[in-house]
Amino acid sequence: MPRLNGAQIIIRQLERQGIRIVSGIPGGANLPLYDALAASPAIRHVLARHEQGGGFIAQGMARTTGKPAVCFATSGPGATNIMTALADAYLDSVPLVCVTGQVSRSLLGTDAFQEVDTYGMSVPITKHNYLVRSAADLLTIVPKAFQLAGSGRPGPVLIDVPKDVQTEMVEFESWPEPCPVKERQGEAHQSLETAAAMINQAARPILYLGGGVIHAGAAAEARQLAEHSGIPTVMTLMGLGILPSDHPLSLGMLGMHACRATNLAMEESDLLIAAGVRFDDRATGRISAFCPRAKVIHVDIDASEIGKLRPADAGITGDARHAFAGLLPFIRRRQRHEWNDRIRQLQQDYPRFHAEDFAPGRPFHLIRQVARLAGPEALISTDVGKHQMWVAQAYPFTTPRQLLTSGGLGTMGFGLPAAIGAALAFPGRPVVCFSGDGSLLMNIQELATAVEQKIPVKIVVLNNQSLGLVRQQQRLFYEQHYFASSYAIKVDFATIARGFGMAAYDLEGVDDPGALLQQAMAEPGPCLINVPIDIEEEVTPMVPPGAANTTMIGGDHARN
Amino acid sequence: MPAIENHLELQSPSTTILRLTVNNHPGVMLQICGLFARRAFNLEGIFCTAIGQGETSRIWLKVDETDKLEQVVKQLTKLEDVLAVEEQADDRDRVREMEAMMARTG
Repeated sequence: MPRLNGAQIIIRQLERQGIRIVSGIPGGANLPLYDALAASPAIRHVLARHEQGGGFIAQGMARTTGKPAVCFATSGPGATNIMTALADAYLDSVPLVCVTGQVSRSLLGTDAFQEVDTYGMSVPITKHNYLVRSAADLLTIVPKAFQLAGSGRPGPVLIDVPKDVQTEMVEFESWPEPCPVKERQGEAHQSLETAAAMINQAARPILYLGGGVIHAGAAAEARQLAEHSGIPTVMTLMGLGILPSDHPLSLGMLGMHACRATNLAMEESDLLIAAGVRFDDRATGRISAFCPRAKVIHVDIDASEIGKLRPADAGITGDARHAFAGLLPFIRRRQRHEWNDRIRQLQQDYPRFHAEDFAPGRPFHLIRQVARLAGPEALISTDVGKHQMWVAQAYPFTTPRQLLTSGGLGTMGFGLPAAIGAALAFPGRPVVCFSGDGSLLMNIQELATAVEQKIPVKIVVLNNQSLGLVRQQQRLFYEQHYFASSYAIKVDFATIARGFGMAAYDLEGVDDPGALLQQAMAEPGPCLINVPIDIEEEVTPMVPPGAANTTMIGGDHARN
Repeated sequence: MPAIENHLELQSPSTTILRLTVNNHPGVMLQICGLFARRAFNLEGIFCTAIGQGETSRIWLKVDETDKLEQVVKQLTKLEDVLAVEEQADDRDRVREMEAMMARTG
């Protein structure tokens, strides 16, 4: 009969769940957990430099593998620091299991040192959470936490463990089996037939695909459906990679920074086949004006998403892979020449790219150069801001889970630690983090983690010495009252990186930036590349927040 | 004046009762009240008591039917600690009795 303390029970169960890497930071209230972790032969600990970084490292592993990843933090500030990473995972439906230390049970509620109400704070930003009241409960809570994180619509689960629960000894009969991820549900035949009839009857359908399709492993099925019935396809930021960006049916990203032709095509659509999407305002613009002529088929594993913002004419509650596979036999094979010709016409009238966008020194030129050097296998993380949108618009994504980006919460500081996590999960693959000078500063301490762990991540800093997207909004919507959106001092990122022991290159003022970039990308270890970007480079087109998607400002061929 | 308004509200035909069966632990009320607060759902009344051996509780929620009721029910159903959600318009009388009792005892 095993006789172990609570901390050992947690670690042993992580091993049994197949966890091989845990990121985090120790502190007073989780020291028993770290003591047990030190004795684990199977689990490697990655010491972050800030708990938010630790949370995003776990996210990087979870987003690239699709499986729950684990992070640790101590009580109080450790817990508050990791909350941002949990909220981020919650909004993007990323499976995490976060274990926090807590003050001992007798001190709960007394404002003890490093005590905060971690359970209460995490309620609205986790799929589920636990405050563990006895070590024996861990035998059911830990497997259940993994099951919840990975089943249905994935999400973060928090387990808050008081210190004396970690040290409490328990004797028990046998280990509980790790809970399997619950089988995704299929959908009743009838609603599939209804949806199929709508697709067959539609003249101008559009597939509108989001992160849920990736979570369901349904990219192949989605592509099959698109090709089988000649359906043009748009993707949300979270859905990029479902169709390769050069696929003839791909219209790229929709919404606030979509190309004009995409948003205009949606305006003309008579049927929206929405799957794994939640009609987020960055994608839909003013929802009452979104695809006004279209009926809606909405496929989602989360029943509460169907009809939440846009009523669905046909709702399919279930996983996108099963839904698409179930739909396909009922769908007529079609080319839809008329509709696809119309879209090609729109794309000719409002081209996605212009030759001058790819002139040396311009963001798209840089992004494509990096893509060429990194190769098709590369995993790409971004931070949040202009660079993120440029990458979404121009990077040649080919596969799902290739792009790691903070979509729902839009967390600056996401990129570097997420890239570290991606590299930990896939040690053989190139990993590139596109960042901005604003975003990188928000978790720059993780440069130390990257060097210490020998993570060969390439950090490309698009440096415009400003909070670029904020500045752009001030220009467009606040009468160019630029305030608090540019930095008065210039930070030397290359020198800072070298201070962390990282190789670094600065493309500013060099004769042949292309050659230097190539040299930097060929570095065997971690490397930072600073790239100056003109502060006036804007993300275009842009739908003003709260406006209809057809109201697009800026760029060539402006209609408004 | 507020008393009359409250009385009218009590009689409002759009009021319905949701009957929840939930795990009985200290965080459950927080989970449910928090859901209503953060999703801007209207919660007009709440009554809760442990049932059975005390592992579960029954909660009656008085909600405005017109106020996104379907979404409220779907979101409640997603909570791991909520075991069942039933719409029980029939329980209206029972809730009215509880309200009357609470008004009497002040």
